[in-house]
Amino acid sequence: MTPFPLPLGQLLGHWQSYIVYMVIGFAFGYVLEISGFGKSTKLAAQFYFKEMTVLKVMFGAIVVAMVSIFLATGLGLLDYNLIWVNPTYLWPGIVGGLIMGVGFIIGGFCPGTSLVSAATGKVDGMFFVLGVFFGIFLFGESVGSFEAFWNSSYMGRFTLMDLFNAETGVIVVGVTVMALMAFFFSELAEKYIGKRDIAQFGRWRFGAAGAAVVVAVVVLFIGQPTNADRWQAMATEQQARLDDRSVYVHPGEVLTLKADPKLTIQLLDIRGETDYNQFHILDALHVPAENILAYAPVMNAAPENTVFFIVSNDETAATEAWKILVAESVPNVYILEGGINNWLATFSEPEFQTTYRLDSVADEILAYGFPAALGSRYPAADPNPDVFNLEYVSKVVLQIKRGPSSGGCG
Amino acid sequence: MTTMNPGMMREGMSAAQRETAGNVQAKPYINPYLGGILLGIVLFLAFLLTGNGLGASGGLNRLLVVVEDMIAPGHVDKVPYLIDMAGGDKNPLDNWVVFMTIGTIAGGFWGGWRNGRLKIETNKGANISNSTRWIMAFVGGTAMGFGARMARGCTSGQALSGGAVLSVGSWAFMFAVFAGAYGLAYFVRRLWL
Repeated sequence: MTPFPLPLGQLLGHWQSYIVYMVIGFAFGYVLEISGFGKSTKLAAQFYFKEMTVLKVMFGAIVVAMVSIFLATGLGLLDYNLIWVNPTYLWPGIVGGLIMGVGFIIGGFCPGTSLVSAATGKVDGMFFVLGVFFGIFLFGESVGSFEAFWNSSYMGRFTLMDLFNAETGVIVVGVTVMALMAFFFSELAEKYIGKRDIAQFGRWRFGAAGAAVVVAVVVLFIGQPTNADRWQAMATEQQARLDDRSVYVHPGEVLTLKADPKLTIQLLDIRGETDYNQFHILDALHVPAENILAYAPVMNAAPENTVFFIVSNDETAATEAWKILVAESVPNVYILEGGINNWLATFSEPEFQTTYRLDSVADEILAYGFPAALGSRYPAADPNPDVFNLEYVSKVVLQIKRGPSSGGCG
Repeated sequence: MTTMNPGMMREGMSAAQRETAGNVQAKPYINPYLGGILLGIVLFLAFLLTGNGLGASGGLNRLLVVVEDMIAPGHVDKVPYLIDMAGGDKNPLDNWVVFMTIGTIAGGFWGGWRNGRLKIETNKGANISNSTRWIMAFVGGTAMGFGARMARGCTSGQALSGGAVLSVGSWAFMFAVFAGAYGLAYFVRRLWL
């Protein structure tokens, strides 16, 4: 298991864990202040090419954080699947960004810097903060009228690696080089438009730029852990859960939990399309085994009370899918014990059993010859929990999500 | 006066002197590249320790909702957007970003205090009055607050944090912010130049 990010809530307790955030916020505010971000004129100068501090600090921070993050994930210290990557809502993001750009040049701050400015006694910063409150208020009151747009062009956890279909390391090197070029042109602007002496920034900056490139190339060279690597790192502890069968859940428990209003139960049917069309459990989502890895980010983004059950005809295929998902740090994944064949044996009527049960089929083959592909319209797809008096050992234990559930602006 | 550092200034001076201490030349801001590196380290530590990046506007949002909930609790329970934060018995302050926001204010104050930059003043372009600057700050802040909610994040929560972990939406957002600001800069140059 990767040690980071820390399960703060478990380590410190719910409210106590917020102290960590307060300390980080303190460092954030302090660095903004000493970089000059509390002063509106310094921020606005960026947009007249006179002083490029905003760009330098922002891109500098992005590069430093990016290479550190992906070095840490590459070395297996930090789990990329457990860190918050802002989901992409493309057009609301772009329109919101344009509005913010307008606000930036008119008002002279962004929300974070205005807090620092107000905290250091700048009156314009205080008015800006009041404006931010008013703008947030207006949004809350009016969002109902454009909710469809606000929720449009949703692309989920969509990264530059997905967009360019490239290795993480390639993107990291690319962003680093792009940032350095931006610094170069910024200094040209400062020299010729701002008439500033760029030697004041110190020769050490060339060394720092070189170091950033070196670390980026190291990130490229070591690569990111594959699903197999991730499984390998946790194999001993997770294989034990398979061996003692603590992740194979009795159909009766699945049925009971489906009726529990406090939980969100998601069954994932990983079989081929034919089998799925023949018969599947009501509300089971069809995610073929070959797509399960690509589906993991969606599962990681699911609400905290979600429990997943992997369903195949027997257990072999479901177990393989389970390993893939567990390796991707998906919490609360279980396997339907005995798969669909066992489910049908448990919940279908005796006549159905004698009529349609096939003799001696191979592993992971549907053991029933259905008269028609009725999907979830067979009675056994939606059994009544009150009718079946089943005895089983409860195995599902809701695990607290380690990853963050909302971003910095939620 | 100008050679004395603010720490020395504070010790052993009279109340009257302290009044004027704001006029003492403040320490210069740090090298922007050093600022970038320090901010990057803070951002990395945030992700490493908590899995979350940085944020600010979300904290302001929740503080605002507390006030709304006090004034008009019935109203909060009717607007879907607000219910998520404060509907029923939900506590809008029960979120990490609130505490990060409090920390940010304290950290900014500390930075200003330690470096002799705590001063009641208005920073503005030379050609406008204080009151014009204040009105513009309020108007700009309103656009900022509205846009930040629309984009689901501000400069810190979207551009900085999402940018570092390579989210496509965050990069698109970041370019949009710069495009919006550069696009309008020429027309409002009187505010700053």
